Amino acid sequence: MTRVQHGGSPGRERDAGPGSRRGGKGGAEQVMVPDAEFTSYYGRPIVKAAPWEHDIAYYLFTGGVAAGSSMLAAGADLTGRPALRRVARLGSLGSLLASTAFLVHDLGKPSRFLNMLRVAKVTSPMSVGTWILSLHAPFAMLASMAELVGMLPTRLQTRPVRLLLALGRPAGLVGALTAPPVAAYTAVLLADTATPAWHSAYEELPFVFCGSAAAASGGLGLIGAPLHESGPARAFAVGGALVELAVERRMERSMGLSAETLHHGEAGRWMRMSLGMTAAGAVGALAGRRSRVLSMLSGAALMAGSFSTRMGVFEAGIASANDPKYTVVPQRERLDRGEPVRFQQ
Amino acid sequence: MAEAHPVGFQWVMEAKKRGARIIHVDPRFTRTSALAHQHVPIRVGSDIAFLGGIINHVLQNELDFREYVVNYTNAANIVSDKFEDVDGLDGLFSGFDPETRTYDPTSWQFAQEDQDGELGQAQADDAGDTAEQRDTAAGMQNEAHGMQVGSHPPRDETLQHPMCVFQVLKRHYARYTPEVVEQICGVSQEDFLEVCRAWTENSGRERTTALVYSVGWTQHSVGVQYIRAGAILQLLLGNMGRPGGGIMALRGHASIQGSTDIPTLFNLLPGYLPMPNAASHQTLSDWIDGVRNPGSKGFWANAGAYGINLLKAYWGDAATAENDYCFDYLPKITGDHGTYRTVLDMIDGKVQGYFLVGQNPAVGSAHGRAQRLGMANLDWLVVRDLFEIESATFWKDSPEVQTGEIVPEECRTEVFLFPAASHVEKEGTFTQTQRMLQWREKAVEPPGDARSELWFFYHLGRMMRESLAGSSDERDRPLLDLAWDYPLHGEAASSGWGEPSAEAVLKEINGYEVATGRLLSGFGEMKDDGSTLGGCWIYSGVYADGVNQAARRKSRHEQSEVAPEWGWAWPMNRRLLYNRASADPQGRPWSERKAYVWWDEDAQEWTGHDVPDFEKKKPPSYRAPEGSDGVAAIEGIDPFIMQGDGKGALYAPQGLIDGPMPTHYEPVESPFRNLLHGQQGNPTRKEYRRSDNPLNPDPREPGAAEVFPFVFTTSRLTEHHTAGAMSRYVEHLAELQPEMFVEVSPALAAERGLEHMGWCHVITARSAVEGKVLVTERLRPLRVEGRTVHQVWMPYHWGQGGLVSGDSTNDLFGISLDPNVLIQESKVGTCDVRPGRRPTGPALREYVEGYARRAGVLDHEEGPVVTASADAQQRSAAAQDGADQHSPQQREDQ
Amino acid sequence: MTSANSLFGPLDPAPDAGYVDAPKRKGFFTDTSVCIGCKACEVACKEWNDVPENLYEMLGTSYDNSHSLNANQWRHVAFIEQPAGRSSVGLPPTISDAPGRDSVDLGMPTLGAAPTEVPEDEKPDFRWLMSSDVCKHCTHAACLDVCPTGSLFRSEFGTVVVQDDICNGCGYCVAACPYGVIDRRRGPEGDPKVGIAQKCTLCYDRLKDDQRPACAQACPTESILYGDVEELRERASARVATLHEQGVMDARLYGNDPDDGVGGTGAMFLLLDEPEVYGLPPDPVVTTKDLPQMFRRAGMAGTAMLAGAALAFLRRTP
Ligand SMILES: Nc1nc2c(c(=O)[nH]1)N[C@H]1C(S)=C(S)[C@@H](COP(=O)(O)OP(=O)(O)OC[C@H]3O[C@@H](n4cnc5c(=O)[nH]c(N)nc54)[C@H](O)[C@@H]3O)O[C@H]1N2
Ligand SMILES: Nc1nc2c(c(=O)[nH]1)N[C@H]1C(S)=C(S)[C@@H](COP(=O)(O)OP(=O)(O)OC[C@H]3O[C@@H](n4cnc5c(=O)[nH]c(N)nc54)[C@H](O)[C@@H]3O)O[C@H]1N2
Ligand code: SF4
Ligand code: SF4
Ligand code: SF4
Ligand code: SF4
Ligand code: SF4
Ligand SMILES: [Mo]
Repeated sequence: MTRVQHGGSPGRERDAGPGSRRGGKGGAEQVMVPDAEFTSYYGRPIVKAAPWEHDIAYYLFTGGVAAGSSMLAAGADLTGRPALRRVARLGSLGSLLASTAFLVHDLGKPSRFLNMLRVAKVTSPMSVGTWILSLHAPFAMLASMAELVGMLPTRLQTRPVRLLLALGRPAGLVGALTAPPVAAYTAVLLADTATPAWHSAYEELPFVFCGSAAAASGGLGLIGAPLHESGPARAFAVGGALVELAVERRMERSMGLSAETLHHGEAGRWMRMSLGMTAAGAVGALAGRRSRVLSMLSGAALMAGSFSTRMGVFEAGIASANDPKYTVVPQRERLDRGEPVRFQQ
Repeated sequence: MAEAHPVGFQWVMEAKKRGARIIHVDPRFTRTSALAHQHVPIRVGSDIAFLGGIINHVLQNELDFREYVVNYTNAANIVSDKFEDVDGLDGLFSGFDPETRTYDPTSWQFAQEDQDGELGQAQADDAGDTAEQRDTAAGMQNEAHGMQVGSHPPRDETLQHPMCVFQVLKRHYARYTPEVVEQICGVSQEDFLEVCRAWTENSGRERTTALVYSVGWTQHSVGVQYIRAGAILQLLLGNMGRPGGGIMALRGHASIQGSTDIPTLFNLLPGYLPMPNAASHQTLSDWIDGVRNPGSKGFWANAGAYGINLLKAYWGDAATAENDYCFDYLPKITGDHGTYRTVLDMIDGKVQGYFLVGQNPAVGSAHGRAQRLGMANLDWLVVRDLFEIESATFWKDSPEVQTGEIVPEECRTEVFLFPAASHVEKEGTFTQTQRMLQWREKAVEPPGDARSELWFFYHLGRMMRESLAGSSDERDRPLLDLAWDYPLHGEAASSGWGEPSAEAVLKEINGYEVATGRLLSGFGEMKDDGSTLGGCWIYSGVYADGVNQAARRKSRHEQSEVAPEWGWAWPMNRRLLYNRASADPQGRPWSERKAYVWWDEDAQEWTGHDVPDFEKKKPPSYRAPEGSDGVAAIEGIDPFIMQGDGKGALYAPQGLIDGPMPTHYEPVESPFRNLLHGQQGNPTRKEYRRSDNPLNPDPREPGAAEVFPFVFTTSRLTEHHTAGAMSRYVEHLAELQPEMFVEVSPALAAERGLEHMGWCHVITARSAVEGKVLVTERLRPLRVEGRTVHQVWMPYHWGQGGLVSGDSTNDLFGISLDPNVLIQESKVGTCDVRPGRRPTGPALREYVEGYARRAGVLDHEEGPVVTASADAQQRSAAAQDGADQHSPQQREDQ
Repeated sequence: MTSANSLFGPLDPAPDAGYVDAPKRKGFFTDTSVCIGCKACEVACKEWNDVPENLYEMLGTSYDNSHSLNANQWRHVAFIEQPAGRSSVGLPPTISDAPGRDSVDLGMPTLGAAPTEVPEDEKPDFRWLMSSDVCKHCTHAACLDVCPTGSLFRSEFGTVVVQDDICNGCGYCVAACPYGVIDRRRGPEGDPKVGIAQKCTLCYDRLKDDQRPACAQACPTESILYGDVEELRERASARVATLHEQGVMDARLYGNDPDDGVGGTGAMFLLLDEPEVYGLPPDPVVTTKDLPQMFRRAGMAGTAMLAGAALAFLRRTP
């Protein structure tokens, strides 16, 4: 049975004053901000919210960590930072496994994931993402396996193991090169919907997500790597955090009305958390260059900040879909300005 | 109409697309109003005042179609000067007997030049005991049989004679001014005049108006007079018997028209032949004369053939001229055997067994509690239905089980539930609103043990006959002599349990020559000598030429607009009754636009787009010879060939229990006094005054208005069907309107503290029912007699059973009936509305009785029915005495 | 994808999807000015397509108890009760355009007053709008575009159809549809299609047999017209013109413009008020119109991230 989300009563819906052209107020239950004058059908949503659980938000986070970690791992590998490489490779492995678990859980059963590989569709960011992931994951995994087996006692390092060890670096490099799409596509995944808060953010969301991915993976590096190796992670994290924070502001401007949803309710709480944690993490990371503890705390804060960003953006999207205001008002304003979206030769 | 006849409403929409203007007169704003140009809210139960106002408007402004009126209606007939109208008698007509609360209609008759002449004799036959006529709903028979008037009453074609029908009518409606309409109906004068204008402007030579009504008009204690008022208007405006005109009853269930033609009514036999009455129809010729009324004009003159063919169809070879075609085998009625009387008799323990076939009275009939208590007091009850309906489960889950009035363990009724095949699971015909029979194929096999009605009754009869075989008891003869053999088909045919052939039944209904089996081409071929038989004379011709005419499905695009080859309409495939009236007295079309049936001078016959409803070769100039009767007496300008005088009845001297002209009476339960007369309600209405049928008090009673201040009405939702079995038990329909609700206006909601979507309950002296509150501006309080009246509306589709359940609105109604046809007043009552749910269990009865007590109607201390002044009563009765020499008893002596 | 307009702009979708000799595009024109709210379309659709129950709950939103278009409701009839003062539905100009009718206050006091005490033009009067909504079978169907499995496909009739056996229930189409049409079925328990995206198929099976869709077949007033989209567009324009002539100035078309944000819909509507009154988006745009730009931006962001990572290491080689 459908959950019922009906708005006001027919008796009460049209209490608009005389002469008002658009009488009813929508969103009776969901209105989170002072009413904008707009009409709706009993406040019922127009577009449907993505029927996704929080799994998808977690996935956005773990995907970002995985992608950033791949890059860090490859850099660490090339620049001789074994400890950073280890934490990055293991982080990549862990987050890839978690990502898969979240995806499969959301789809219901593993075969449904494989089902997606029956076609490749450029118009479907999910299809594209699936292929990107399928391309990235084996290499990243291979590199991580190499890291794992490298941890084995030497007497166990048999010929196949040695082969694997040898493949670690090239695989890691391919993994790093295929990582950016993994970090970026999730933004397209969200933006390519009718969900007002997501679609309206499509210009900036990839930057926010990539920045967030860098901050989180760098944060992981800060947690796991010793001070003398964590420099790049620190830089990556702080850079990511700054990009995230800066672009997020800009994003809100281009989002228009639906930016509201980032400040209210569940999404608002996450976004405030995100701001606090990311900023604190970045400051801490910069200040904690000489303190392992502070670095670890900052790393954790940056990860938490990134996680909050993902949760916040996710929740804002759902909220923006559930309130018809965010669908109606921007479109209505566009129309009233005489600027309907029309194809021009 | 959009709500309950959506498929028919497509033609209204079609007309609207072509520019027609649609006005909807209804107490509430419905889906029909939504599509109409104008909605005119009216106080429920006040339509006679409204229609009377229009009649007055037409007569005062001479907007009638005069040539039509003079020639084709009884406007020129002169009424006896003994007749006294309601205005002088405080709301009574002359001839009222306060004892029996019925009229002797003698003073209503047309004037006679010579009492002993044919006119007097024709009139005599119908002026019987009106109280008994009311019991037997004889009004129904009389209406179908035409007025029993002589063929040549005196006339004044200038319409100036003070006692001519035209002038009588004009005086009668003179008081129905726009101001009075506004006062009584709550309809503004502008709206009212707008309706007048639309109706009259759209009538005349070039244009016609159709009147479509349904149960919003019939289910009143004055229901028949509502329709009469409509008929008067349509006749005055020349809208009868003409294309695009007429009066159409939108019938209810799929073949409800079929079930009056071949009736499931206690007082009718197929083809509107009356069920013989034990008192007056001792012999075959009594019965037939009772139908054909020697001395009257018209086609009922051949009633002998119709009756004898029916008897031959029943008893076949056993029916001979010697034994009066087994007339004695027919059961005879002795009084009121209507459904409501029977239910009260059940309560009183006078009925042992009951068959319930396709009806759910526990929900669908007025006074649900009485219905269920009655059924709980039988020995056995057979229910044939598609579902296990409330009328089969009342003994275990009815509201009375909660109140403790029915105890499942003790309920004595043994219920036999037989699953029935639905309309798609069996073959046969439907007869719909236009009298059209349409053959229907079986689409799927019935599931499980479900069987058709035909199967059930055929085999029930067969088994009863088998068990009585060899009996020499005289009383078993009617059963044993029945012609009871139909070819069986289907899988079970070989074992003797097959499905009887519905086509064979239709052939028998059509009729055939006994000797040769040749199917008749129409009722004209029916003989009164036993050489032909046929089950329903009006249906004769449906199997003409051995072809199932009802199964014809030629596309309307491949034939004329009249589409005569789609199905088959009785009588004789005429699509428009009395269509002779579509031509002027000389037989020429009234106008080119409205040409339909006309006299072809060259061919010397009637011709046109439809089958002429007139003798084909009788010219417009034909005048009846002195002393003629029957068909020969129909003149060339008498289009209404079933009427005793061949004319459309503006004034009905006979056939109606409650008066020759519709007059406004308040509903039995009303918060208003009758503004026009002292007589409050219909004085002749059928009432069953007993403690289990209390009626809310008369508004004159002190305090009445406080206890039950609001008016309520009930009707249908598109989403549900009647008592709900066919929708509440079906997933895809049940979810569309899943809960019982009560519609109230915002003003009433504010007054009573009702919250949208909260609970409320509605209370009458019978019961209290609850539902969700739907506050909507579609319900509008009206201003009536200077006061605001709130109308409350409820659908009546819910009961305890099904996927969605709720209280049944019919529990609110008591039983009071129209005197002519015994239909219940289930469109209007008074009530109180309160927020919250109703009490449950025994507390419910206490609660309701508390209301009844406060209203002063507990233990049937209700006010009088006759409220006209004593003086008026006396004078009305005196008119009866004055007319005594015409009383039936006397005439029998003659 | 075969043409420049594949993501946005006017297009005949079936040939664009690669059909050779496709039949003419099929669709609906729903004329809400003659809808009587009988819900026959809802029921016929459920019967034919075996769509299960939606919900058994009175919603109190006029006579709408079906809530919305969703997986268990492929047709949805909206009921809107509103003061008619601001409109002129069905009234000839002389009556509807009377000055003052445009600002009716529906405050309760006027309700109780005698009809004659209220000036004609202030009389409470209502509009009860009814409209049967359905999947738009968009020219540019976001649902179809974003579907990662190819479960949603473009039929030879130019319609958009879900293949139950291919859908993996990812729900992406749900978020993508600008009209909120398609949805994942959540119940009832035991239904084989729970978790699968469901919506109107434009009765694909019936179309293949040259039959009208069940809803159009059942509609008593021809509010739902089925046919060739091109022809329906003309009929729709003609109908609006007629209504305007009759003084129904509120009549407007929705979805009939091939230049609009979704390239015109396969199911267009004649409405008597703004789209949002009926729960329709006023000016929807297919999300994939912006997809190239989204990918571009993502590419830039990804590249920047990679560059950032490289930078992080370059700066501080130990
Ligand atoms: N969907 C659906 N269709 C049906 C049925 C059904 O149950 N559901 N039932 C079938 C049957 S059995 C029948 S008999 C027909 C009945 O068909 P209708 O007679 O059309 O049905 P109702 O809805 O009972 O009543 C019609 C209207 O009469 C109005 N009314 C009540 N009292 C008065 C009055 O005093 N004056 C005036 N002017 N109007 C009044 C009511 O407000 C209501 O809108 O429908 C048939 N069709
Ligand atoms: N308050 C109020 N009361 C009313 C009315 C009103 O307007 N207001 N309207 C009145 C009117 S007009 C009517 S007609 C009545 C209707 O009242 P009922 O006739 O009592 O109610 P229905 O639900 O129509 O009952 C018909 C039954 O027949 C069953 N059935 C259907 N097809 C077949 C078949 O082929 N064979 C058999 N054996 N059974 C079948 C159905 O399942 C259903 O249970 O209600 C009346 N009561
Ligand atoms: S239920 Fe049958 S008879 Fe009634 S409107 Fe629908 S199609 Fe006609
Ligand atoms: S309306 Fe929605 S579900 Fe239908 S085709 Fe368009 S995008 Fe797809
Ligand atoms: S839910 Fe099914 S139809 Fe919708 S996008 Fe996913 S796979 Fe395609
Ligand atoms: S076209 Fe078919 S599937 Fe679509 S709404 Fe109509 S009946 Fe349902
Ligand atoms: S079937 Fe036609 S008239 Fe009835 S609700 Fe649907 S669209 Fe409207
Ligand atoms: Mo009925």
